[in-house]
Amino acid sequence: MSQWIAACEADDIDPEDVIPFEHNGSDYAIYRSPDDAYYATDGHCTHEKTLLCDGLVMDGVIECPKHNGRFDYTSGKALGAPVLVDVRTYATKVLDGTVYIEVG
Amino acid sequence: MGGVGTGDVTTGRERLERYSLSGPENQAAVDAGMAGATWFRSAVPRKRMKELMQRSDYPAVRDTIIWLGLILLFGGLGTALWLAWHSWWAVPFFLAYGVLYGSTSDSRWHESGHGTAFKTRWIDEGLYQLASFMIMRDPTTWRWSHTRHHTDTLVVGRDPEIAVMRPARLAKLLVNYFGLVDVPTAFWLMFRHAAGRLTADEADYVPESERRRVYRTARVHLAIYAVTIGLAIGFGSWLPVVLIGGPSLYGRYMLQVYGFTQHAGMGENVLDHRLNTRTVKMCRLNRFLYWNMNYHVEHHMFPMVPYYRLPELHEEIKHDCAPVYPSLWAAYKEIIPAVLRQLRDQEYYVRRELLPGAAPFNEPTPLNDGRARPLPAVAAA
Repeated sequence: MSQWIAACEADDIDPEDVIPFEHNGSDYAIYRSPDDAYYATDGHCTHEKTLLCDGLVMDGVIECPKHNGRFDYTSGKALGAPVLVDVRTYATKVLDGTVYIEVG
Repeated sequence: MGGVGTGDVTTGRERLERYSLSGPENQAAVDAGMAGATWFRSAVPRKRMKELMQRSDYPAVRDTIIWLGLILLFGGLGTALWLAWHSWWAVPFFLAYGVLYGSTSDSRWHESGHGTAFKTRWIDEGLYQLASFMIMRDPTTWRWSHTRHHTDTLVVGRDPEIAVMRPARLAKLLVNYFGLVDVPTAFWLMFRHAAGRLTADEADYVPESERRRVYRTARVHLAIYAVTIGLAIGFGSWLPVVLIGGPSLYGRYMLQVYGFTQHAGMGENVLDHRLNTRTVKMCRLNRFLYWNMNYHVEHHMFPMVPYYRLPELHEEIKHDCAPVYPSLWAAYKEIIPAVLRQLRDQEYYVRRELLPGAAPFNEPTPLNDGRARPLPAVAAA
């Protein structure tokens, strides 16, 4: 059963950046694009369990800080070695300045 | 700087067998929590780290144009002098060409392999393919090998890139200053890959879906070398081999000179790069040739930072590290005695003293103190 969870305030994330969010023992990464759209993915890289929130956000891509594996954070698509498995994405919405993600 | 050892000695052969990725040490490292473990990282504010991670095409494009320009210049002058006059004045130009081709392609391979050198991906990938050919490495297997090296740096049985083992295979290390191990091994691997096979160690870290790429590249590389040798035979001249492939022999030595400073003689099975990696101050020329890989602690701790920002990263975290080695000479004054001592004491390693106020070493278990003592799973077997 999916549910919308308040993850952060919209202003908590700089444009073209990522922050971590933890809920019920699961890690998520919340992104803000340069045009102020918000996205969410699993918090860990699919290659090894490295937190993506320490990585580099650039041109719609999140790069894992450990091995530079790259994902399109809007679709979760893995963009080449060493990441071969897409990262799960979650729907987001912004209501009254709060970013919600749909989990479950 | 001090060292730690016990004098306990296994036979050299027994100790060296532990480095195999297809042996029991691999699973033992996994069972002991050393594989894919959490490593120490100095605290750097996110805002500053974002600045340091930013990419720009300009520095790497500039440096690559200079690098390729020098290769073409020295190679062209050597070729012209030899073809026009058979002059031995060609030799110094070929020696310079050889080092640029056979040694400094290593650092270009390394940086573009991480994907941090350029902002534009296709330039980065292009340099990676070119440098992989020049350094005689398969771009796919070595990408995965280096990924493992970063995950499990100097973890015995896990890291495929431990250059100086305990005990060091001195004869191999010395002859390899002229590529006499790496080049025959590279050709052996090329033939093996071209036949559609990986080694057992490669099979441990190259995913199934990536292997077809390995086999295809090996066939392309072999075809280029076949044409080169064919031209040499056809023209009755060594020149094609001097220009293509040969630099991996006569120009290889600087790769070893730089490369051994990274980890030789330092701790194994640790989870803190300050215990197994060196940062060495180098002059501007060496830093250009080595693309700042002398800042190696910084690179391992934060591999997302491009080579041209590593000096700034060094300033950010140097308070948290051991004192930097002031020169290549200073590093080798430590490396040579340490490696020689490890011939008889394989638990010996160089243990640096951190600066006052630095975060303590990350040693979550007694097994992580750098001696690389036998792991429980192996000892019990």
